[in-house]
Amino acid sequence: MKRGIFKQIFASLVGGLWMLLIVGLTSAQEAPAPAAGAPAKVETPAAPALAAAEAKKEDPGAAPAQFTQGLLEQIGGAKVAMDTMWTLIAGMLVFFMNLGFATVESGLCRAKNTVTILAKNFIVFAASSIAFLVLGWGLMFGDGNALFGTQGLWFVGGADNSPAMGDAYKGVYSSINWTGVPLWTKFFFQLVFAGTAATIVSGAVAERVKFGAFYIFSFLMVGIIYPITGHWIWGGGWAAKLGMFDFAGSTVVHSVGGWAALAGAIALGPRLGKYSRDGKVLPIPGHSIALATLGVFVLWFGWFGFNPGSTMAADAGAIGRIAVATNTAAAAAAIAASITAWLLLGKPDLTMILNGALAGLVAITAPCAFVSISSSLIIGLIAGVLVVLSVLFFDKIKVDDPVGAISVHLVCGIFGTLAVGLFAQAEFTPNTTGNGLFFGGGAGLLMAQLAGILGVGVFVFVISMIFWQILKATIGIRVSAEEEIEGLDVGEHGNIAYPDFVTVTARGAAIVDAAGGVVQGSAAYPAAELSKRPV
Amino acid sequence: MKLVEAIVKPFKLDEVKEALTKAGIQGMTVEEVKGFGRQKGHTELYRGAEYSVDFLPKVKIQILVTDDKAAKVVEVITESARTGKIGDGKIFVTDVEDVIRIRTGEKGPDAI
Repeated sequence: MKRGIFKQIFASLVGGLWMLLIVGLTSAQEAPAPAAGAPAKVETPAAPALAAAEAKKEDPGAAPAQFTQGLLEQIGGAKVAMDTMWTLIAGMLVFFMNLGFATVESGLCRAKNTVTILAKNFIVFAASSIAFLVLGWGLMFGDGNALFGTQGLWFVGGADNSPAMGDAYKGVYSSINWTGVPLWTKFFFQLVFAGTAATIVSGAVAERVKFGAFYIFSFLMVGIIYPITGHWIWGGGWAAKLGMFDFAGSTVVHSVGGWAALAGAIALGPRLGKYSRDGKVLPIPGHSIALATLGVFVLWFGWFGFNPGSTMAADAGAIGRIAVATNTAAAAAAIAASITAWLLLGKPDLTMILNGALAGLVAITAPCAFVSISSSLIIGLIAGVLVVLSVLFFDKIKVDDPVGAISVHLVCGIFGTLAVGLFAQAEFTPNTTGNGLFFGGGAGLLMAQLAGILGVGVFVFVISMIFWQILKATIGIRVSAEEEIEGLDVGEHGNIAYPDFVTVTARGAAIVDAAGGVVQGSAAYPAAELSKRPV
Repeated sequence: MKLVEAIVKPFKLDEVKEALTKAGIQGMTVEEVKGFGRQKGHTELYRGAEYSVDFLPKVKIQILVTDDKAAKVVEVITESARTGKIGDGKIFVTDVEDVIRIRTGEKGPDAI
C-alpha cells in the first residue's frame, strides 16, 4: 500500500513538472519575436550617404556613396547582413553543384573517359570564374542597351554603391539594384550561376570532344554568350522589357547551356559505335551508376541554393515556399520518370529516374517564386514524362547525348519557362508576373515567355554553332578514332582514372565511324567480325 | 601431369573449393571470366537502346595434378559444380609439359 502511494505521488510530481516545462517553453516561444525576426524597413539613407549621392548627381565624376559601416547601419544593418549571409550560403550550395555535374557525367560515361570528363567539369568552373570576372558580369548587368551592358564592363569595376537599392542606388549595375546586398555578394551569386550554364555543355559533348576545344569554348560561353542573353532577361534588356520572367534561370542558365550543348553535340557528331549502319541505337552504358546517383543527390541539394537563393534576400516568406516548390517538382518528376520508363521500356531504368529528378528541378527553376506548391507538383510531373520521351527522341534523330543534358536542360528549361506563362499567380511575388494563362491572366505572359525563349534559342544556338565551327576549323574539336577507342584519359591528359583495373576499351558496341562504316585497320577488331555482332 | 581447367558458375566456387581441398588438392588458381556456351544471354534496354547480355560471368579454376589424380579431380568438380540448370560450365583437361616451383626450383611432380 505504502509503495503504491509513493508511486502515485512521484508520478504526479513528474507529470506536474513536465507540464510546467512544456507550458513554460511554449509561452516563451509565443512571446513576440525580437526585431531581427521581423523584416526591417529599408530606411532611405540618412544625411552622409544622401549628401554623397547628391554630390554625384551634381558632379558625375564624384565617387558614389562608399559602402561603409555607417551606410550599412543607416539602411538597416541587420537586414543587409542577413540578406548577404543567405545569398552567399545559397551561392556556395550552387558552387557545390559542380561536384554533382562532375560525378553524374563521369558516372554515366565509360571508365576510360573518366579523367577527361572530370577535368572538363573542373576547369569549366575555373574558366567561368575568370571570364565572368573579366567581362561577363559587366556585359550582363552593366547599364547599356537592349542587347548588352556597356558600362562597368571590366573586372566588375564600374561605379557602384550597393547595398543601396532602387532609387538610392547610384551605380552602373542598375539592373540588379533590386537586391540589397553588397556588390561582391551579387557577383559571387551570379558567378556560380554562370558556371552552371557552362558546365551543362560538357555532358553532351562527352567522350569525344577535345579538352582544349571545350576549354576555349567555356571562356567564350561565360565571357560572351551567357552574359548577353542574361542581359536580355536579368540585365534589363529587351526580354525583361517585354515582360518575360525567369526567376532562377530555366532559360538564362539551363536552356542557354542546353542550346550550346545541342550545337556542340551536332558539330561533333555521335560517338563511335553509338548508331549502327542500319540505324539501330546501340547502348553505351555508364561505368558507375553509383557515382551518377551521388551526383544527382548533390545537384538536388545544390538546387536548394539555386532557387530559394535567387530571392537574394533572407525573405522568410518566400524562401521556404520556393524550397518546397523546388523539392516538390523534383520529387514529382522523379516519380513521373520512373513510371514512364517502367511503362515504355519495361523496367524502371535508374538513369532515366535520375534524369527525371533533374528535369523537374530545371523545369521549376523559372516558375518557383511565382507558382503554388500544387502547380509545382504538376510542373514536375510533366517534366518527368517529357525528359524520358526527349532522351528517346534525340537518339532517334541521331544526336548523341551521353548523359541526357540536352533533354534535361534544354527541353525542360524551355518547358519551365513556358510554365511561368501558364501557372503564375500574382499573389506569390506581387508586381511581377501577374496571373498566367491558367489563372485568368490571359496569354500575355505566355507570349512574353515564348518571345524570350525563341530569341535566346536562335541567338545561342547560332552563336554557339559558329564558335564550334571556328574551333573545328582551327584546332579541331573531336579526337581521333584511335584515341576515342582507347579512351580520352590517356590521349588528352596522360592520366588513367583507374590504373589498378583493366578497363575495357570497347564495350557493348560495334566499332563504326560517324558515317556508319566499320573502323578498319585493327588486328584485334577485324572489320568483317565487327560488322556482324556487337563486341 | 594434367592441367584441369573448370569453368563454373561463380556462386559454386566455394563449394568446388571445399570439395577439392577435402579430396586432397593443395592448390588452385582462380580467374573471373565471362563466357557463354549454348546458353544464350538475354536482351536488356539501356536508356531505350537494346543490348544483348551474351557474356555471362563465370569463374575459371585451374588445378595441376599428376596423371593418376586427374579423373578423380574431374569427378569432384563435376559433382560439386553441377546445378542441373543450363550454364553449369565445362572442364578441360590438357597435358602439361613441365611445372616448376619458383621458390625452390623443384621440377615435375615434386613441384605440385
